[in-house]
Amino acid sequence: MVESIVSTGVAIGCIYALIGITYNVMFSASRVFSFTAGTLGMLGGVLGSLFIAQMGVPLVAGFLLVLAAGALFGIITEIVAVRPVLKSLDQHLYVLSTLALALMAQQFTAIEWGTESRPFPRLFDIARGGFDQQFWMPMLACAAVIIGLELLYRYTLVGRAFLAIAEDTYAARALGLPERSLRMASFALAGVIGALAGFAGGEMLLAFFGNAPILTFYGFVPVALGGMGNNRGAVVAGVLLGLFQQAANFLVGGIFASVAVFTVFIIVLLVRPEGLAGASLQRRV
Amino acid sequence: MDAGAKLGHSRANVLGSTSTLGTALPFLVLLLVGIGFPLFGGGYWGVIATRACVYWVLVSGLNLVVGFAGQIAIGWVALLTLGAYTTSVLAAGNVTPAFPPYLALAIAATVGAVFGLIIGLPALRLRTFYFAITTLGFATIVTQVALAWQSVTGGGVGVPGPIFPEPFFSQWGFYYFCFGLAAICTWMTANLANSRFGRALTAIRDAEVAAEASGISKPALLVSVFLFSGATAAVAGGLFAALQSYITPDAFTLDLSVLFFIAILIGGRGSILGPLLGTVLLTVLPELAAPLVAWSTFLYAVLLLVIVLAIPGGIAEILDFKNRRPLASGRAIIPRPDLIKQLFNPARSANTLKVEHLAMSFGGVKAIDDLDLEIRPGQVHGLIGPNGSGKTTILNVISGYYAQQHGAVRLNGAALPALARHQRARLKIARTFQTPRIVGSASVLQNVMIGGTIDGEGTFVESLLSLPRHRRDEAMLRATAMLALATVGLDGLAMVRADRLQHSELRFTEIARALMLRPAFLLLDEPAAGLTAEEIERLGALLLAIAQAGTGVLVVEHHPDLIFDICHHVTVLNLGRLLAAGTPAEIRSHREVVNAYLGG
Repeated sequence: MVESIVSTGVAIGCIYALIGITYNVMFSASRVFSFTAGTLGMLGGVLGSLFIAQMGVPLVAGFLLVLAAGALFGIITEIVAVRPVLKSLDQHLYVLSTLALALMAQQFTAIEWGTESRPFPRLFDIARGGFDQQFWMPMLACAAVIIGLELLYRYTLVGRAFLAIAEDTYAARALGLPERSLRMASFALAGVIGALAGFAGGEMLLAFFGNAPILTFYGFVPVALGGMGNNRGAVVAGVLLGLFQQAANFLVGGIFASVAVFTVFIIVLLVRPEGLAGASLQRRV
Repeated sequence: MDAGAKLGHSRANVLGSTSTLGTALPFLVLLLVGIGFPLFGGGYWGVIATRACVYWVLVSGLNLVVGFAGQIAIGWVALLTLGAYTTSVLAAGNVTPAFPPYLALAIAATVGAVFGLIIGLPALRLRTFYFAITTLGFATIVTQVALAWQSVTGGGVGVPGPIFPEPFFSQWGFYYFCFGLAAICTWMTANLANSRFGRALTAIRDAEVAAEASGISKPALLVSVFLFSGATAAVAGGLFAALQSYITPDAFTLDLSVLFFIAILIGGRGSILGPLLGTVLLTVLPELAAPLVAWSTFLYAVLLLVIVLAIPGGIAEILDFKNRRPLASGRAIIPRPDLIKQLFNPARSANTLKVEHLAMSFGGVKAIDDLDLEIRPGQVHGLIGPNGSGKTTILNVISGYYAQQHGAVRLNGAALPALARHQRARLKIARTFQTPRIVGSASVLQNVMIGGTIDGEGTFVESLLSLPRHRRDEAMLRATAMLALATVGLDGLAMVRADRLQHSELRFTEIARALMLRPAFLLLDEPAAGLTAEEIERLGALLLAIAQAGTGVLVVEHHPDLIFDICHHVTVLNLGRLLAAGTPAEIRSHREVVNAYLGG
């Protein structure tokens, strides 16, 4: 039982962490938390099932198509819901515009794909074992994303430009960095990561339109607890969240597990609104 | 005397019956349509109309949270679910002895109020997106609990809704019951919107620091609003269950939450009529054509995006014809310093405000270093110095926005608690801001009335029900605010939306708002910035008159003319330290000051 809690918990936790990183990548480039993070995860699962199981696209091509679709949705998010409100005086408008876009995508999926959850295809034709592909795929995806981002930020010029934008948008712009293109690239990258999360976790979460709000919520928990923009914090918090949720699931039953997760989340946030790591001081007057 | 009579006249114009009737007219029309509805509509349209009423009972309360307080509460369906199940389970009697449906509804309202508070509490500490996410979390969890707690909620099978006996049993009987409650909710929230509480909520939304400086306590106010909003949502839940006649967790999708939330934004923030029309619109829209039912939430989302990007003011802005009339150009602000005595009646006792050995640093930077300052009643004290010399920091320490590391601010010898900013208003310390903090969508008069919030005596509930004390507060605040506006010379613009004013007019509006406290000390942060030479002269005369009426005035300024014309005492700062202090004449000839700052 312990083994099952650990493998399921870590796998689910990795999905949450990936959605958390999706939030972070968008946030770093624009200071915007986007409601579309969970939608991307949902789309990864639904599109994976659509391309591979429904349309019979080969695995690798299907996988790449899903990532491309995620990138496209990320770019659409930037153009439709983020760019128009960034200059607005009322900084909270982005909450509403990204919420609107997330709802549109979710409802569109519900109507065109259906409101029932459908199975996600088994990707590798190997027998089900204790440590099944549905568990190690999210972990592998999470590790790949963390290492990939680390390499990107450290060794490439574009990656450094991302960091510069995240650190100080005005200074970066003054240095002549193409802020708008970098922001679009960030949203495309976030789209890829979010879709990857949904694809890798497809077998566990199934292809279901209702995953969008669930992932939007549970994916934000690692961000809030790990500190905004802190990817390593998101992974740690995400895995802990997954383990806690699964343990509570086995011990007190599924419903009260989600209540427990929610209660812990609220309490931690109320005690430390800036997250378990990091502090922020704002000038208001 | 002449001045008073004239003022009385202009006040009468403002309060004239035409404007009251104008605002009430749409509601009266809706009331008549609602009462007469059974005459034209029948059958299915009756269900739609009842549903619109039920939704409005919830939205009216949520409107105070979203539209007025500006909190992004997207998961309010959680409270509808809670109210529906509480009413149904109590009325059905499958767990407890069966309650009469009205009592069950009343208990649901109480439970809803408590849970409204629990859901709302995070808003006191968390930022926008965090709060939105927590309400979303609540919404998903309540449905899951309803599914799982089979012994009480019937799980996926559900429970029958409450049945209200005659005269509310028949379709139209039940319609009138819901319509009556909806009308009461409209009346109560409209009362509240036009009270000091409603104005304080918009101040928290659009100008939080100004709200704090006016003595508005955000926690106390939001607690009342969440209690009320939770109660109306739960009552709506009970009615919803009765309308559905049978409820399962499937009935409470997030789509409903979206409908409620978007109805408010489409209607326009800070309005009652707009969200009311928004609710009716969104309820009716899917019924107009069959394909729209499936696509309704998608359409709501599209509408939300359009509203956010194109018409942030919503329906209310479209209907606001009055504020589309052009304002007179070339208007001048002519303050009436002679009215100060009348405004400050009764006279206040004299106080002194002392800053002693104040020190404060941000990280390694010393913003203020061992500074002493005394502000005396009846005098204008000027605080000047180059940028970054610590002027605004001192103002922020005195008014409680920053906590000093050393030293104290003493009022009549007693140290003021650090960071207790909303207590400063009670101590009669008022301030203005470097960039005016104004509620743009409210009228100039309402903005000024915000400054007098703490002088009201009626409670939140008294305002909801428009009891005598509420009406007395309103009359008193309105009269004082008109007087304050006349004093600063803006009474002609009282009814104009504040975001239509020029910059200089906003500065004088802020002064009028600060005068509402009849302050013992008035702290002004660069009041002359952006004013013309004429306006600066008039500002100077006004500030002198305020000081002569017994107020201690502290002016942070860059305009040497204003400072040397009106100040009794000038303190010059450089890099957080005292460079010089004395009378304007002494400062003007002070060699170091001339070298470092004035130039010569």
